[in-house]
Amino acid sequence: MVGIVGYGTHIPRYRIKVEEIAKVWGADAPSYKKGLNLNEKSVPAPDEDCATLAVNAARNAVRRAGIDPQDIGAVYVGSESHPYAVKPTGTIVSEALGACPYVHTADLEFACKAGTEGLFIALSLVKAGEVTYALAIGADTSQGAPGDALEYSAAAGAAAFITGSNNLLAELVDTHCYMTDTPDFWRREHAYYPEHGGRFTGEPAYEKHVHGATNAILKKTKMKPEDLDYVIFHQPNGKFPVNAAKKLGFKEPQYRHGLLAPTLGNTYSGSSPMGLAATLDEAKPGDLIMLVSYGSGSGSDAFIFRATERLQQVRDIVPRVRKQLDEHKIYVEYGTYAKFRRKILKPE
Amino acid sequence: MKVPRHWRETPRRYRMEAGKCKKCGSIHFPARLVCTECGTKEFETVRLSGKGELASYTVIRVAPTGFSDLAPYAIGIVKLDEGIRVMGQVADCDPETLKIGDRVTTQFRRINEEGKTGMIMYGYKFVPDLGL
Repeated sequence: MVGIVGYGTHIPRYRIKVEEIAKVWGADAPSYKKGLNLNEKSVPAPDEDCATLAVNAARNAVRRAGIDPQDIGAVYVGSESHPYAVKPTGTIVSEALGACPYVHTADLEFACKAGTEGLFIALSLVKAGEVTYALAIGADTSQGAPGDALEYSAAAGAAAFITGSNNLLAELVDTHCYMTDTPDFWRREHAYYPEHGGRFTGEPAYEKHVHGATNAILKKTKMKPEDLDYVIFHQPNGKFPVNAAKKLGFKEPQYRHGLLAPTLGNTYSGSSPMGLAATLDEAKPGDLIMLVSYGSGSGSDAFIFRATERLQQVRDIVPRVRKQLDEHKIYVEYGTYAKFRRKILKPE
Repeated sequence: MKVPRHWRETPRRYRMEAGKCKKCGSIHFPARLVCTECGTKEFETVRLSGKGELASYTVIRVAPTGFSDLAPYAIGIVKLDEGIRVMGQVADCDPETLKIGDRVTTQFRRINEEGKTGMIMYGYKFVPDLGL
């Protein structure tokens, strides 16, 4: 049996409200708040990036796992905002944790799905017996073009999971993937901001793949929506995952613990993994948890986990997601946000 | 060229590795070749907790090159729980509200970068210990 032995998250303390962004661009804040089910989003500090978020989340995962970082045999960092175009984030993370030098490391990129890609590989490597423990991280400091709809949601955060085959806090029941070539969102080489297909990102992209992966894993495991205690879908905003849950036959108590986007925004590669972490913060032994990611381009990875007795013993070793999300927030105005996110042109 | 120096200092910048004297137990950060307390040359490598209390601080308002976007920011001397004093930036706070004795912890952060195309240097910074 393989599964998760430790998990950890990191959310920056800074926040910006939808009203503050809408005010600058002359947009109607209430329609964004209602239309996208978004109230505010996290903003990385000027000294935070994908690598720092990943390290701070991974350190929490190591504490919950209670393992020696030297026993981690693989480190995968999924992100669309790796700090270098050429030079791995994974080596920075591995070195900071103390997992070097006998470790396999790779950086992954698949829009918002890169975090669960790492989780899929990390679980598979342990299952194959190649490593004792593997670390998978979804971390992003995503950028939306100024004034674009994405600017209201593009947020920052990281979630890390250590996989193994003993002392599990959640056992893997099964996985399934659903992938097609669907150009709904992209960022070309050297482009600073991504572009997207507007409404095309909905039905033929997010919905088709999330539904496809969900239906496939339910069929594979011979389960029905009501068999699952918790579900987490990728959260590009607060609206898409709720619509997907309802259409697929899930009820509010099943998805509310993992739904973070209304006050977190979209942490891209960290989005659905962060929802899984928030759900593990609440789940009881024996509970079945389904995670379905979505990455533009496009694809969804689906996982079903079963919580174990150990989850309750280790969850409060480090702060829960809700504490990081709800407490000690620092609100910034658009000017400060633009400075933090390097949206202001300065002389070299 | 900062690359070799930064790379050499990775163990202490990334993991706060210190030298603990095998004879008298005193901790040196950064690690030393000779113990200043007993003269011994034998050490074991230990990782500092990064937690402690603010012993003193100053606020930087006119920052050196590469740090101007962060101003005003605090540089503090922190008495770690291990008993030694370490200097570092105190991030994620309004420097005007800091008080000597405040509990702080460390996080992994960007320290500096060599322009827009050069190396990014990472390391520890202190932040208020709010249990996050």
